[in-house]
Amino acid sequence: MAASLPTAIPWTVLIVLVPLIGAVAVTFLRAPAQQRAARWTAFGASLLALLLAVILAIGFTPAGPGVQYLVSSPWLPALGVSLSFGVTGISLVMVLLTTVLAATVIAAEWRMPVPRGTTQGYLALLLSLEALVLGVFLARDLFVFYVLFEAMLLPVYFLIGRFGGSRRGFAAVKFLVYSLVGGLAMLAALIGLFVESKAAFGRPTFDMTALADMTMSTPTERLIWWGFFLAFAIKAPLVPLHTWLPDAAAESTPGTATMLIGVLDKVGVFGMLVILLPLLPNASVFYAPMVVVLALIGILYGAVLAIGQGDMKRLFAYTSVSHFGFIVLGVFVFTGIAMNGAIFYMVAHGLSTAGLFLVAGYLMSQRGSASISAYGGVSQRAPLLAGLFLVMALSTLALPGLAGFIGEFLVLLGAFQRSVVVGVIATTGIVLAAIYMLWLVQRVMVGPLQPGVDRVREVTVWQAAAVGPLVALLLLLGFFPQTVLSLVEPAAQTTLAGVPAGTAATPSLFGLTGGEQP
Amino acid sequence: MTPISVVDIDYVALAPVIIVLVAAVIGVLLEAFLPEAARRSGQLLLTGSAVALAFLTVLIVAASRPFGPIAGGSLMLDGPGLFLQGLILLTSGTAILIMADRRVDPGGDAFAGRVSTLPGGEEEREVSRRGLMQTEVWPLMLFCIGGLLLFVTSNDLLTLFIALEILSLPLYLLVGMARRRRLLSQEAALKYFLMGALASAILLFGSALAYAYAGTIEFAGIAERISERTTANTLVIAAVALILVGLLFKIGAVPFGQWVPDVYQGAPTPVTGFMAAAVKVAAVGALLRVLYVPFGGMRWEWEPVLWIVASLTMLIGSLVALAQSDIKRMLAYSSIANAGFILIGVAAADQVGLSSVLFYLLAYSVATLAAFGIVTMVRVPTGEATSLEQWAGIGRRSPLLATAFSLILLSFAGIPLTAGFIAKFGVFTAAITAGALPLVIVGIVASAIAAALYVRIIVRMYFTDPVSASAGVASPSPLTVAGVGLGVALTVILGVFPQPVLNLVEQTSIFVR
Repeated sequence: MAASLPTAIPWTVLIVLVPLIGAVAVTFLRAPAQQRAARWTAFGASLLALLLAVILAIGFTPAGPGVQYLVSSPWLPALGVSLSFGVTGISLVMVLLTTVLAATVIAAEWRMPVPRGTTQGYLALLLSLEALVLGVFLARDLFVFYVLFEAMLLPVYFLIGRFGGSRRGFAAVKFLVYSLVGGLAMLAALIGLFVESKAAFGRPTFDMTALADMTMSTPTERLIWWGFFLAFAIKAPLVPLHTWLPDAAAESTPGTATMLIGVLDKVGVFGMLVILLPLLPNASVFYAPMVVVLALIGILYGAVLAIGQGDMKRLFAYTSVSHFGFIVLGVFVFTGIAMNGAIFYMVAHGLSTAGLFLVAGYLMSQRGSASISAYGGVSQRAPLLAGLFLVMALSTLALPGLAGFIGEFLVLLGAFQRSVVVGVIATTGIVLAAIYMLWLVQRVMVGPLQPGVDRVREVTVWQAAAVGPLVALLLLLGFFPQTVLSLVEPAAQTTLAGVPAGTAATPSLFGLTGGEQP
Repeated sequence: MTPISVVDIDYVALAPVIIVLVAAVIGVLLEAFLPEAARRSGQLLLTGSAVALAFLTVLIVAASRPFGPIAGGSLMLDGPGLFLQGLILLTSGTAILIMADRRVDPGGDAFAGRVSTLPGGEEEREVSRRGLMQTEVWPLMLFCIGGLLLFVTSNDLLTLFIALEILSLPLYLLVGMARRRRLLSQEAALKYFLMGALASAILLFGSALAYAYAGTIEFAGIAERISERTTANTLVIAAVALILVGLLFKIGAVPFGQWVPDVYQGAPTPVTGFMAAAVKVAAVGALLRVLYVPFGGMRWEWEPVLWIVASLTMLIGSLVALAQSDIKRMLAYSSIANAGFILIGVAAADQVGLSSVLFYLLAYSVATLAAFGIVTMVRVPTGEATSLEQWAGIGRRSPLLATAFSLILLSFAGIPLTAGFIAKFGVFTAAITAGALPLVIVGIVASAIAAALYVRIIVRMYFTDPVSASAGVASPSPLTVAGVGLGVALTVILGVFPQPVLNLVEQTSIFVR
């Protein structure tokens, strides 16, 4: 994986533009008769983006410089803003995940009727969401990052608000208001950085690489840290800022929920990795104990609430709250293993959650209910559907051999290196995960046939083919995690090297503040 | 006895004002001498060409004339003044386009056929049956625009006051001329007149105190006198306070903006748009000059006041807007909130602050005009659909209009890629650089509240099912389309490619003292 690509082609921009052009093209295929053409156009665009992502992965040199294929042109010189896009190991992995999931969603919902509005509108919004999220992952200018971060709310807002369930308006507004509050906090932090960079360099800059070299006074750094942290914690979402997620997920279509939880929420953790840690390392170390405690609360709280849910989509949302606790924990214990694990975990979680939502979506579209009590004995009617669901569930509860295990194991290993207590508390999350997942499978898939379930039919070949790659990827990553880890390891090392927390060679009982640690 | 010296007047530099005011006088004569059938088109032609010509002249003056006092020192020719004059003419021109529309209202244009008739009376029915339209609005508009142009360039306190009166008197009349809901409109006019007269008196009193202190009414002289002082002087502080009240009244800042919702609601909608855009631009422009030039040396005295006023204006404007059920009242409170954001930039009190305010004014005024233009198009049989409930489901019946309105609301909310974002970023940055971090935090809280407000309206347009009383969208004439289209286009263009305008405001943002 080290063949370098011709640099004359702006790969990183191209990959953002392809879904965007697809979205525009789909809006032109407006007539009801062109629905089929619109689906193929959207699918083609998402596949092309995936292909470009793979090409980018092949051309990426993990051991090479941190930012590769950098494309940059000035946008607002007065503010020091330039449109610059480049790829790092971390962003490459996120780009791969995004393009895989977008293509999967479009394929998996091929025959799914869109409840309100037009299929074309739905597809255009999905594609523009994909483009904006890809832009966020690839942006190397903080201002551009912020602009895209805010802009990606709009497609999600319309996806929930127009195509969602009965309480869609409420869920959409709740989502938007939470996100806007986070966005405004980030705006304040951004302005703070702008003023600081002007003082430090003599002219303002938003270039992430340049900003990483800037030192600030301790109070300023901490204030700015809070602005970014609020935005990312809402997006991630971290307890106690998570309450928008269950509503948004429950009112979304399965495809929207997949993009929302599988991709969009990763932006929060991604922001922590590429902004909080490199740009504000001292504040990150200072606040790490607080973040770790919140993450631990999230792991347990999300899992306990997931056990108590009666609605499948809400259950998945709460499992995600628990999993995001693990991921954030992996980032903020500042050990190499845990950070690799956290990034890996994001990929594994994205794949398995997508599978859960999409397979459950098949079920729900036939039975017309998201309530767990409406199901029972589905495996008698649709064994393949039940099998696909089981694989996703097993990866979610971290069964060895599936991708979920690697991520969770690495995060826990890293956590134990830092602090035994944190490790022990986090490990209980695994037990709870087994309860909520297996119990769900038991209630929905096995047991006596519930009335109404006899109408459930097996997944079609097309549907199985759409979700199948997810299973394959979960297995592949479960057995060969090195494919992803080799990409992220150098980037994670670089990120950690800038954090003055040291490496935790020997575990300690409570050691959370990294400064004094060995 | 000293001989009366002849004042040297640079007529070219004065040309924009002269063109507009001469056209206004000609307009009055046209009223008297033109036959009724030709009056409307004649007035429109005159008004439109006068404003366009004045705009061109502003460009020529900016390119060719040296900066400095003109007209014997009563007016000042400088970067901010010319920028604001250009902006006033641009927004006035757009407002005129929307005013001239007579297709959206089946009865004619937005103004009462004969203002003197009794609302609901027999005579009024007769007028509307004959489809009469009055054309006095056009000369009134021109007088008002002339006043606005003087207001932002006035260089002494007396000229400032006279300009204020020239712009206010026609405005009081314009507010009372609505074709629909005439009683509301007349009530608004009376309220505006009484409160406005009081504010003018306060401003005049403040000017008198300033004269008593400094012995001159010229801005430069006052600045000099203030820079020489060694102790705080009650007289001059009282003068600044009273002048501030008078100007903040016109801007509509809390607590001096109580009139804004009633007047904006009652006035004919195109006039509301004109007031919210052009008049506010001029008022902020005058405030900037008064605070920076004559009273710049008293920054430490007026800055805390401005902090409090700005915070209150942002918070109360956004919060109360959230509780409105009438679209025009909602936009009125939103314009109050925006005035608060503008005051953040004013409070920064330096060149960066000034240029950020100029950009904000541009972004805000074009979006506001387009917003009120859109309000004129959404109608029920009895007039405009002012109740927000009637806007349900507009997005499905008229996607283009709903998209345009959403873009404007997103710009008000300060979402990136709209002009409103660059504008807010500018004033916040200026304020932080000037050490006003608390003000920025209040601003961000207020932005969050306001964002919830704008989002609610977008939800209503797109996601709520239409109710039986829902409004329809009248097909507008090309005039309104042009006016609204210009506003929406500028909102997007300034959001994506703001660099040329940012350069412009940076170059123009120095007051000549």
